[in-house]
Amino acid sequence: MSILAERKQKGLNYHGGRKDSMTRLAFYGIDAIHLEERDELLPGRLIVIEGTDSVGRSTQLRLLRPWLESSGYAVVDTEMTRSKLVGAGLKQAKEGHTLGPITLNLFYATDFVDRFESQILPALRAGFIVLTDRYIYSLMARALVRGADPHWIRSIYGLALKPDAIFYLHIGVEDLIPRVLQRGGFDHWESGMDMRLGADLFESFVNYQTLLLAQFEAMIEEYGFEVIDASQPVARIAEQLKERVLPLLPQG
Amino acid sequence: METYGLHRYPGRLFIVEGVDGSGKSTQIALLRQWLISEGYTVFFSEWNSSPLVKKTTSRGKKKQLLTPTSFSLIHATDFADRTEHDIIPPLKAGAIVLADRYIYTAFARDVARKVDRQWVRELYQFAVKPTVAFYYRVPLEVSLSRILTGRTELKYYESGMDLGLSNDPQESYKMFQERIVNEYEAMVDEFGLTVMDATLPIPEQQRRMRKIIRPYLQGVRRIRSSAQESAWAGLAREMRPSHPDIQVRDR
Repeated sequence: MSILAERKQKGLNYHGGRKDSMTRLAFYGIDAIHLEERDELLPGRLIVIEGTDSVGRSTQLRLLRPWLESSGYAVVDTEMTRSKLVGAGLKQAKEGHTLGPITLNLFYATDFVDRFESQILPALRAGFIVLTDRYIYSLMARALVRGADPHWIRSIYGLALKPDAIFYLHIGVEDLIPRVLQRGGFDHWESGMDMRLGADLFESFVNYQTLLLAQFEAMIEEYGFEVIDASQPVARIAEQLKERVLPLLPQG
Repeated sequence: METYGLHRYPGRLFIVEGVDGSGKSTQIALLRQWLISEGYTVFFSEWNSSPLVKKTTSRGKKKQLLTPTSFSLIHATDFADRTEHDIIPPLKAGAIVLADRYIYTAFARDVARKVDRQWVRELYQFAVKPTVAFYYRVPLEVSLSRILTGRTELKYYESGMDLGLSNDPQESYKMFQERIVNEYEAMVDEFGLTVMDATLPIPEQQRRMRKIIRPYLQGVRRIRSSAQESAWAGLAREMRPSHPDIQVRDR
């Protein structure tokens, strides 16, 4: 069904469910990039899919994108460690054994800001729908689990724009384990092996993901996550996402 | 994570700051030689030198991928790696750490690039507060003439060309340096920087620097006695050829 038809069916009027038709310039902290000075409006939409490793974020993004595009919306997607500036350097640094937690956090922050300034913002200015696989929340959760000072990490990411929606794919560790096994086993970083939280990959994975999920849970209310139960079938999750994305879309 | 001012280590951290051409690197190199000759364990750390981050920084500079914010962050990442490897562990071990440029360089340069003053200060919260932070103050025309004479090329970011202040690299460099000096001057009180007169003769500057540092060396462990004491000990050993088993303590 086309997006327009869905809209009609749901009784949404032409102007959609939003009063303002722009991504408002709202920040969590200091507008360090000085967006308020130069951007009077951003006609695009910023939609975030959050959730822990292997929860099915990319599967959902792969379903959302063609759905939006077939209805004529220009879509840009972006994910972590894909920045032109640090993507390669970060990957290389993670392969070594000298990367400390503060350095790791700042490497990620650099990657984020590069993508934010060179991919996300230009797309929002040009009226694109920006779908992002993770945003600052994953980065903050990882940092906090690694002992970062909460005030410090929040103030760094305070320059990020508040998204139009944050969909949090919620899952418990017990439901996560079979997915990881199916996908090919436990990954070093996804198991938090840099912190050695257990005798082996499995134990460390369980402990690390438990800590990570607790950080996400604590953010739900503070950042206004829209929680989606990720233990449901893929198609059911996709349906729920589309239903919630629909009223966010610009008209015309 | 410990933050600025909360770190408590047995070592000492002395850092030098100032614009290019202020002579600070010369001074810290002389200080290093002296401390080594006095028998201290000295670690030396330079700005922008992390092996993990270097490649990314030079790539970003070469391809001009850096915005003021990502420029700020990549340098903070570099500094974090140095803090975690070259600064905190030696300080914990009781060594003397010397740094040529420190977080104040980032504050001066990044704010000159219009990065938010408060934001960049919070970014560096993880840094260790120096025992003494020396600021080598020099009139702008002196440092400019030191740098610009006999030097043909200024690099893009070095001259602040990314700010679009001027199309002429030398002109841009001067304007950028002026902003940096203003930031340094404002930080003297904010961070309690120890101001040094960088127009004095080099030996006089060094004499003053050592005088300031000396009281902070009390209680710092030496791996051996100073060169002078060792020389005396050696002499004493030679004076007693008939008692070769008499050990002269040189620890």
